Parts: sequence; C-alpha cells; structure tokens
Amino acid sequence: MSPSFAAAVLTSSILSGTSLLYATLGELVGERAGIVNLGLEGIMLIGASVGFAATALSGDPYLGTAAAAFAGLAANLLFGYVVIARRANQLAAGLTLMFFGIGASALIGRPFIGASINGLSRVDVLGIGSFDTLVWLALPTAALLWWLLFRTRWGLALRAVGEDPAAAFAAGRRPETMQYQALAVGGLLGGVGGAHLSVALTLTWDEGMTAGRGFIAIALVIFAKWNPLWAVAGALVFGGAESLQLELQARGADVSPFVMTMIPYLLTLLVLLFWGWNRRSAAPAGLGRNFFGVE
Amino acid sequence: MQRELVLALSGSAAFAVRGRAPRAVLVALAALAVFGAMLLIDGKDPLRAYGDTLKYVFGNAYGFSELFVRMTPLLLTAIAVALPSRLGLINVGGEGQLYMGGWLATAGALAFRDLPAWLLLPIMTVLGFVGGALWALFPALMRAAKLVNETISTLLLNYIAPLIVSFFIFGPWRSSDSASYPESAAFVAAARLPSFGGTRIHLGLFYGLACVALYALAMDRTRWGLEMRAIGGNPEASVRLGIPVSRYMIGAMSVAGGIAGIAGMAEVSAIQGRLVAGLSPGYGFMGFLVAWLAGGNAIGIVAMAFLFAVVSSVGDILQITQGVPYAVVNLLMAVVLFIVLGQRSAAGNAR
Repeated sequence: MSPSFAAAVLTSSILSGTSLLYATLGELVGERAGIVNLGLEGIMLIGASVGFAATALSGDPYLGTAAAAFAGLAANLLFGYVVIARRANQLAAGLTLMFFGIGASALIGRPFIGASINGLSRVDVLGIGSFDTLVWLALPTAALLWWLLFRTRWGLALRAVGEDPAAAFAAGRRPETMQYQALAVGGLLGGVGGAHLSVALTLTWDEGMTAGRGFIAIALVIFAKWNPLWAVAGALVFGGAESLQLELQARGADVSPFVMTMIPYLLTLLVLLFWGWNRRSAAPAGLGRNFFGVE
Repeated sequence: MQRELVLALSGSAAFAVRGRAPRAVLVALAALAVFGAMLLIDGKDPLRAYGDTLKYVFGNAYGFSELFVRMTPLLLTAIAVALPSRLGLINVGGEGQLYMGGWLATAGALAFRDLPAWLLLPIMTVLGFVGGALWALFPALMRAAKLVNETISTLLLNYIAPLIVSFFIFGPWRSSDSASYPESAAFVAAARLPSFGGTRIHLGLFYGLACVALYALAMDRTRWGLEMRAIGGNPEASVRLGIPVSRYMIGAMSVAGGIAGIAGMAEVSAIQGRLVAGLSPGYGFMGFLVAWLAGGNAIGIVAMAFLFAVVSSVGDILQITQGVPYAVVNLLMAVVLFIVLGQRSAAGNAR
C-alpha cells in the first residue's frame, strides 16, 4: 500500500464517516431515551434533499445545512408524535417514516436534479488537513453529546427515561417531554448527516442516495454501546470500509463494483456478529417499549 | 372552490380518524383525503382526477385485474412477516428474500430451459423458496445463537441481495440481445407462470392465497400454531415446558423467507419474464406494513394487501394522467399509515 493510497483512503474515510457519525449520534440520543427509530434512513434522505435544494436556491451551503437540520427535526417530531403521543409501535412507525422520507425527498429534490451548487468550503486547521466545517464539528459534537448525556442533569433524566420511564415519572421527570427533546436532537443530527452527503461530499442530489447508511448507523449504535465517543470509532471504521472500496474502484481493481459495494453491509454484519450480543447489556432497558403513563 | 374542497377533504379525514369505521375503510378514506389535498396543492382538480382513476381502475376489467397483480407479492411478503411475528421475531428482510428467491428461480429457469413447463415451474418455485429461505436462515441462526438481533440483520441483508442480482445481470447472466439495458436472457415459454383471461393475473395469486390459507390453518388448528403462540407469549416459560424454541425460530424464519422468495419467483416468471435489477418497488417493506396493520390476521392480510394494491395503482394512474411523480405514492402511503398508526393505539392496543 503506497503512502498516497493510504492517505487518500484516510482522508476519504473521514469524509464519508462524518455523515455516518452525525446520523449515528442522532439515533443514539433517541435510543438513550428509549426510542428506536428505523426511519433514520428517511431522515437522512430528507436532510440530503432539503440541504441540496436550499443550497441551490440560496447559494449558501450553511443555510442549506441549517435547513436540512430543521427538516430532519420536523420529520422526527412527526414520528415522535405518532410513537410518543399516540403510542404507536416504534418499528412500524419507523418504517413508515422511511417511506415518508423516500417520497418527500424525491419530491423535494426532483426540480434540482443536475443542479450545481457551492459545497461547504474546506478549511485547513493547524495543518492537519483540509476539511469542511461539518467534519471539524463532528468530534466536538460527539464530545458535547457525551457530556450532555453523562455529565448533566438533563442527560441523567434522559437516560433514566430510556431505562425505565415509569420510575423516571415517579421521580418527577416527564418521560414524554424528554423523549420529544431526544427526538428533536436526533432529527437535527440525522438531517445534518444527510446534508453532509449532498452538500459537502457528492455535491449532487440523487434519489435514494443514502443507500442504507441510515441502517448502518442504527447498527453502529449497538457497536458503540450507546456511547457517543465509541460512535466516533465506529463511524471511522465504516467510513474506512466505504472509502477503501471507492478508492479500489477508482484505481481500477479487478473486482466487480457490486461486490465492492457489499463491503460496508457485510462488515456491519460481521461486526455485529462478533461484538453485537455482548453489548446488549449496555442497551437502555426500556428501548422500544411504549410508556403508557401512570393512570 | 378550492377552499371548500380542502375543508371537505380534511373533514372526511377527521371523520375517518375519529369514527369507529373498520380499519380498511379508514385507510381508504384517509388515502383519498390526503392524496386529494396533495393534488390541490399541486394545482390539480382532485375530483376529476378521482373520476379518471375510478374509470380506469374499476371501470374496466383490465384495470381491475391489475389490482390482483399488485396484491400477489404483497400477500406473500406479508405472510413472511406474520409467521415469525407469532414467535416475537421481526422479519424486516422480505425485500432481500424476494430478490434472492427471484435470483435462484432464474438460475433454474436458465439451467433447465429444455424441461417441459409441468416440471420446470415446480422446480423454479422450489428454487425461489430455497433462495428466500437461505437468505432468512442466516439471521435466524444468528438470532437463535443469541449473536445478532434479527431486525437489524434482516434489514442489512436487504441491501446485499439486489447487489447480488445486479452482479449476475451485469455479469454472467447478461443477455446479449439487450446490450443497452442489463437484464438476464428472456425465459423460455415453459418458465413463464401462466396468466389468465388476457390479464396479467397469474398463478402467483394462488400461491399467495394458498399461503394465507395454510398460515391461518397452521396457526389456528395445529400444534405448531399453539406452540408458536406460546413462544411469542412467554419464551422463558416455553423453554421450561420443553418447546424447542430455537428450532421454531429457525424453522419459522426460513419458511417465511421462502414464502417471500416465492413472491420473487412469481415476479420474474410471470411479470418480467427475465431477471431485472428493479425487481420490486419495495414489496418487502409494504408486506411488513400490511402484516402489521392486519395484526397478523389472515383475512386482514388479504384485505390490507388489496388496499395497498388500490393505493399504489391509484398513485400509478395519477402519475400517468396527472403528471404526479411516482415518489408521491410512497409519501401517500406514509401519510396514510401515520394516520392509521396514530388512530390504532388510541384504541389501546399498541404493540
């Protein structure tokens, strides 16, 4: 492996891992509050399309990213209303959110297919490398989230709700409010994750361009033991798998592109196979259950 | 005029949500209301659009028959979800299982092209079943061995199966007579499931209905059904009662995957006549929603599959007559489902 190849793989794994990291952090907050969101894929698609459309319209990629974050938040709160207030089954509602995202993003992005936009500009910080702002913000975001979850009263309350909503309720917390807040943060991060794909990485919009990254992110939450700092490692490994695959294809390796594209999914399965089940004890105890209050 | 229409449409939606109307009627009403509102926003006249659609779907035999064509894969993928759900297993991998069924059935159709139809079709059906079953076997084994949760593994496998199909139709199976568009060689006549009366309704519909009937029979009338319900209700107690829980999990998931695989076999054999990349527009996921909305009930599955067929044909026809993009069908389905999901647990039977 030549040094230039290694450098190229490392750079592009940081780039493609970033969107995965934001999405993983978004799912992680929700799961810490006890809500599994299988619709993350839809949230990312909405973020990618809204981010691209808003950037194309305004010419400002930062405005586009903000719009994507807001759209992700709004869509996640819609999901939140159905699973929290209406107490719908989280898995079914999550898949519905995925369909919603596929449909909405295709509609939103349609007029902008083929448009050219100004991507997020790259900045060189301390000579480490030239990356866009969202990349530079990714690690601080993970650290901030860790601090919020494990070092603040808000985080304690949120985790308590995820473990046992009834006990949290008895202790004077408001489980439903906490869950809405967690989903709001999660939607924001998921939207940003999607936007990073379209506004910083590919500078295009393409229907279904997230290609299952939302589901990989859900698997990464398990790998990360529901801890934002571990999520960084996970996202980097998976960004690595993706970029290794792309670099090999770009260099004309003699392997079918379809086989290469399988690598991230296969790797996810393998990781779960070797590290999945023993992490289950780290899962929030109330994950996926509905809170019916104390009536 | 537009304002009144919006009011009337939202009124009917509100009525549907509050009323105690049967769930099927509710879904239909909500679908019409939401879709009407979308058409209005798009500057189209929903009443005329519905008039056109009704004329096309219900006004002639061919349009009506297409509903059954669409319903066929949904019946199969819904059973693929309902069966393991009796054990508390969540199979979200119908999409991938369908692709693998279609893939292995194609292998059979290409390898045994000289056989007569009465032999070739059963072979392809079995291969379709085996393809889907193997694709579900891995998640089932991992789950039974307590290694990987089946929800996430079946989801991830959905993304691998279409890549395998693409690998074959871009590579070894690529037909020479379609240089521009990658697909397998066309099947011989003996490899095509028969269809009836000049419509596209094909034998797959009977596979679907037979699976629903067998499912209902097995669940209500056999020891398997009883023991599966016991496992779903209380896995711990079932182990202590000596019920082979792991064996049930592996068996039910594999059979479920096989049934989804038959849907794939029917699509390649009856509808496409060759293996293509876009084999399914999300039948596997829709099947999950059908099964879930029906609560695993056999008659409910048939009704819900029919309704999903109506919704998706209405979307299709509007795409042609009104120039609405196809993606709106997904959006429409999602909005309707959100309404139903919200309403369902208001009645207190969540989960």
